[in-house]
Amino acid sequence: MIRTEDLTRSFRRLVAVDRLTLEVAEGEVFGFLGPNGAGKTTTVRMLTALIAPTSGRAMVGGFQLGEDDSRIRRAVGILTEVPGMYDNLSAEYNLRIYARLYEVPNPDAQVEKYLRLLGLWERRADPAATFSKGMKQKLAIARAVLHEPRVLFLDEPTASLDPESAHVVHEFIAGLRRAGRTIFLCTHNLDEADRLCDRIGVFKTRLLAVDTPARLRTEFFGRRVVFHLNRADPGLAAAVRQMPFVRDAQAVENKLVLALDNPDEHNPELVRFLVGQGVDIRFVGELRRSLEDVYLQLVKAA
Amino acid sequence: MDKIKTIISKEWAEVFQNRMVLFSVIFMPLTFAALPLFMLYAMRSSGAGSVDVGSVPQAFLSGCAEGLSTGECFQVYFVTQFMLLFMLTPLIVPVNIAAYSVAGEKTTRSLEPLLATPITTAELLAGKNLAAVIPAVLATWLSFLIFGVGARILIANARVLSALFNPMWWVAILVVGPLLSVLSTNFSLMVSSRVNDPRVAEQLSSVIMLPLLVLFFGQIAGYVSLNANLMILLALALLAVDALMVYLAIQLFQRETILTRWK
Ligand SMILES: Nc1ncnc2c1ncn2[C@@H]1O[C@H](COP(=O)(O)OP(=O)(O)OP(=O)(O)O)[C@@H](O)[C@H]1O
Ligand SMILES: [Mg+2]
Repeated sequence: MIRTEDLTRSFRRLVAVDRLTLEVAEGEVFGFLGPNGAGKTTTVRMLTALIAPTSGRAMVGGFQLGEDDSRIRRAVGILTEVPGMYDNLSAEYNLRIYARLYEVPNPDAQVEKYLRLLGLWERRADPAATFSKGMKQKLAIARAVLHEPRVLFLDEPTASLDPESAHVVHEFIAGLRRAGRTIFLCTHNLDEADRLCDRIGVFKTRLLAVDTPARLRTEFFGRRVVFHLNRADPGLAAAVRQMPFVRDAQAVENKLVLALDNPDEHNPELVRFLVGQGVDIRFVGELRRSLEDVYLQLVKAA
Repeated sequence: MDKIKTIISKEWAEVFQNRMVLFSVIFMPLTFAALPLFMLYAMRSSGAGSVDVGSVPQAFLSGCAEGLSTGECFQVYFVTQFMLLFMLTPLIVPVNIAAYSVAGEKTTRSLEPLLATPITTAELLAGKNLAAVIPAVLATWLSFLIFGVGARILIANARVLSALFNPMWWVAILVVGPLLSVLSTNFSLMVSSRVNDPRVAEQLSSVIMLPLLVLFFGQIAGYVSLNANLMILLALALLAVDALMVYLAIQLFQRETILTRWK
């Protein structure tokens, strides 16, 4: 649904997006993760035909960027970084304008449908200026999907939302995903990316890694097993480290944290070894590394 | 066409909530209609004969000699001075509308989602132009209409009336007015795109009135004498300037330029 090839954009001497090559399949929710200034918004602007790439190519919704821009604009929806509502006009009027610009066949019904879905129907007659940040954000999300776009670009949809509103938006995105929409989701919120996205691209000017959230975790840290013992000391850790399948071992308080390639195969052997060393094993568990660790490691290295 | 209409109605819904804009579209043209009417009324009661006819430039007197008495000629001359005010409306109204329209888009950052829609920049520019030009032209015509009706009530003399509403003025109101408003609209769109404060944008855009003021004072001082030929010449010149302005506006009105430079 989206395919880019060496997509690059510079502003004068600053390279904001450097040779981005990426593929997002139809119906996929793709998380685009990156720190401030990484070039996420610039990427979205290129892919929605708002600004032209300096070099490289891209296909969006089956159309070639730079050749079929007006078709691309018709096929995609975008939640811009800033909601950009007409403050003096009512929520409903704001959406009506866009329904007409997108040539939505039954504008009134669509406007009502999405105002209701996002919980804004009661406030439809109020000027957008009277809306809270979060309500404006939800209104902007409604605006992005009015014309039922096949590809949806969401630039930080839950930035500035409280947990409850963020939950509404997450549910909404999950609904779109079930409906088979392709979603390109820019976010800083790793938890959000972890829960909503099929695949994640970690990006900082260049694409640093792409994979499913689960694989990103193991790829970067291996799998970790924690043994809770009655005692654990550096000597024990050093002894365990001698075993060929142990990549790393650390003693932390009464715990032994081990990096293993294949815990299912090697755990029994480890248990036997530890018992032989005269320690009591109270509990064995897997340590799940958060996506945040992966992200921080990647971004720091870049 | 539908998209242009959408833009126009959206612009009006936004911009006419602003008192400054409303004032410029309603009260200013009314004032400009009232001033010459007031002059007519004042001269009628005091009697034109008592005024110093010597202050009327010779060029004008010879120009309006056809069957008019010197007093009548003076009346026509004096009111004609004020009629240039009607040309101010098509200049000022668009400045207000365009300045507030662009400033509004900038502060709410509403141009990005707008530009992400399938609307072409030509349609958007046309919408913004028409949103400013239509009220300007209507206000001009309305104020002229009010003046015309008022003058008919105040002046019984048919010769003075036909001298007042001569072809020159029809050219001015029907042709030069709209051309001026196109010029003013695109000029202030360009200025506003560069300046953030709508009031500053307005003041800068008001420079567009200078040539008209020069004409106004030139006429009062007797250096310039307006006539139909000059008006037609003016219309032709404006047509060329308008074409240039629209061309420049189109150059400036690119998605990318708007997004990356209109800050
Ligand atoms: N119009 C522009 N002119 C000049 N530089 C720009 C422009 N737009 C973006 N940049 C630069 O490009 C880089 C990427 O910006 P971008 O807005 O794409 O980042 P981002 O990943 O969206 O960041 P954030 O998470 O803060 O939204 C930044 O260094 C920014 O300063
Ligand atoms: Mg951004």
